Amino acid sequence: MDWNAITLSLRLAGLTTLILFFLGLPLACWLAASRRRWKFLVESVVALPLVLPPTVLGFYILLAMGPRSPIGRFYESLTGHVLPFSFQGLLVASVLYSLPFTVQPFAAAFKAVDCKLVEASWCLGQSRVSTFFRVILPLSWPGVVTGVVLSFAHTIGEFGVVLMVGGNLPGVTRTVSISIYDSMQSLDYAAAGKTSLLLLLISFAALSVTYTLQGNFRLLWPQKL
Amino acid sequence: MASEIVARFTRQFINGPIISADNLRVACATPFLTVLFGSSGSGKTTMLRCLAGLEKPDSGTIKFGDELWFDSSTSVFVPPQQRNIGYLSQDYALFPHLNVVHNIGYGLRGLPAGEKAVRVTELMRLLGLEEFGRRFPRELSGGQQQRVALARAVVRRPRLLLLDEPLAALDTPVRTRLRGELRRLLTQFGIPTVLVTHDRTEALALGDDLVVMDNGKNIQQGPPHEVFSRPASLAAAGAVAVETVLPGRVVEVGDLVTVAVGTIKLTALGGDLPPGTAGVYVCIRAEDVILMRGEGVRSSPRNCLPAVVRSLVREGPMMRIDLDCGFPLAALLTKQACEELELDKSLQVLALIKAPNVHLIPH
Repeated sequence: MDWNAITLSLRLAGLTTLILFFLGLPLACWLAASRRRWKFLVESVVALPLVLPPTVLGFYILLAMGPRSPIGRFYESLTGHVLPFSFQGLLVASVLYSLPFTVQPFAAAFKAVDCKLVEASWCLGQSRVSTFFRVILPLSWPGVVTGVVLSFAHTIGEFGVVLMVGGNLPGVTRTVSISIYDSMQSLDYAAAGKTSLLLLLISFAALSVTYTLQGNFRLLWPQKL
Repeated sequence: MASEIVARFTRQFINGPIISADNLRVACATPFLTVLFGSSGSGKTTMLRCLAGLEKPDSGTIKFGDELWFDSSTSVFVPPQQRNIGYLSQDYALFPHLNVVHNIGYGLRGLPAGEKAVRVTELMRLLGLEEFGRRFPRELSGGQQQRVALARAVVRRPRLLLLDEPLAALDTPVRTRLRGELRRLLTQFGIPTVLVTHDRTEALALGDDLVVMDNGKNIQQGPPHEVFSRPASLAAAGAVAVETVLPGRVVEVGDLVTVAVGTIKLTALGGDLPPGTAGVYVCIRAEDVILMRGEGVRSSPRNCLPAVVRSLVREGPMMRIDLDCGFPLAALLTKQACEELELDKSLQVLALIKAPNVHLIPH
């Protein structure tokens, strides 16, 4: 088994999930609460990675990171490195690619919190931020866990975007899925099989944890008083 | 605290009704209870939500004493957090993830822990909730939930309490019991209160001031018995459902109850009148009043009052007769009955009312 690729994947998935958690909370919060007319635009952009082929997404991310784009130049002037075919570049791409897997469960969970509870909190003198941490978040943690687990699992399993943006550099951008692809190309079925089984088990365990939590939550807090 | 809320505003819902307050005045003396009364869909809840700051009117002003809460012309809008009010929604909205103690103490953040505990304990004792401190909302009955929600709103010592149908979510027997208790508690809290209800008995039992809502507007305001007895418009009459409502006091309690309305004595059933009640509202529905001509006849109804006809007004197939029998009394008769009795203005008649039809509401 390519342990190098496995640890790289875990590191990438962990960091992606961490970034998405802090990015996803305010974004999902805004999506759940806002009544702006142009909200659908943001919703669509967030959901794009769900429908776009990874190649298309990868192509545009690569274009945006390239030395000709302002973003790419800005990053280079700041750090002295380029984003494409680096771990940092892969991280940016992963965050964008897994965005809907974090934001959508978050937003759905926040929306499901009875707005009467939120209003009650306001009338008890609590600010919007305080209300979020004291009422909305505690009541929507299964959705938050779902979002976290899904984005972690999704990042571990990503392939197309990684190949487009990161390429296949051992120890830098070669993730598990690429390693399996490599094994297959070199007809090393045993290695491909082992790594695939590991990936399958991790994914299955992650999803089982999520659904167990959700099931128990419903037992703990009935939706209606 | 002798301030007053003055509200003039309009709230238009897209493809929906227009709710407007036309010079709505809520006296904020202590204790004083203003009732917003009307059928469902008349805009009571929206009106209350606008006062709470949970709903933003489209135009107009809301003032609380010298404070400006809302002014569309200068874009002033004070959010609910800064209005320092207590708001109780119809289903109480207790936080399901917090136990009773934490629910009540929720709004006390920033207070020293000791002070917080003292206030919470004090209210829990006052409301008989001591033994439920560790329970979660789902483990409480409707009446207990209501008291927790009330405690949670009151514990912050707000300047004004806004209650949206506080008794509507309860079963009838509990509701009747808690009605009296609520009045006692609100008096004890000493916080001016605005209460929304569609229940006439509740409005009469609890209100010091009554605002009748119809079709999104406040159409009449005044002391409850006045509004009920003298609706200012047809719409108001429809909303309160014409009835004679008179302030009275209990003179004698036995098998039956004797109440004095001015100098006139009426007999009624005691029913669920709590012991020791003195002040009551006497309610008589117009269709329960029987008219007779002639004298010295024996009859079964316990109340037999000599009366003079003041006016006759046609209401569909019925005639509404306004009588004077020492107090104003309305009777609803068919047109045929009026013709047979040859009723006319200034005619002397006898008004008969059976004791069970004299309803007493403690106030």
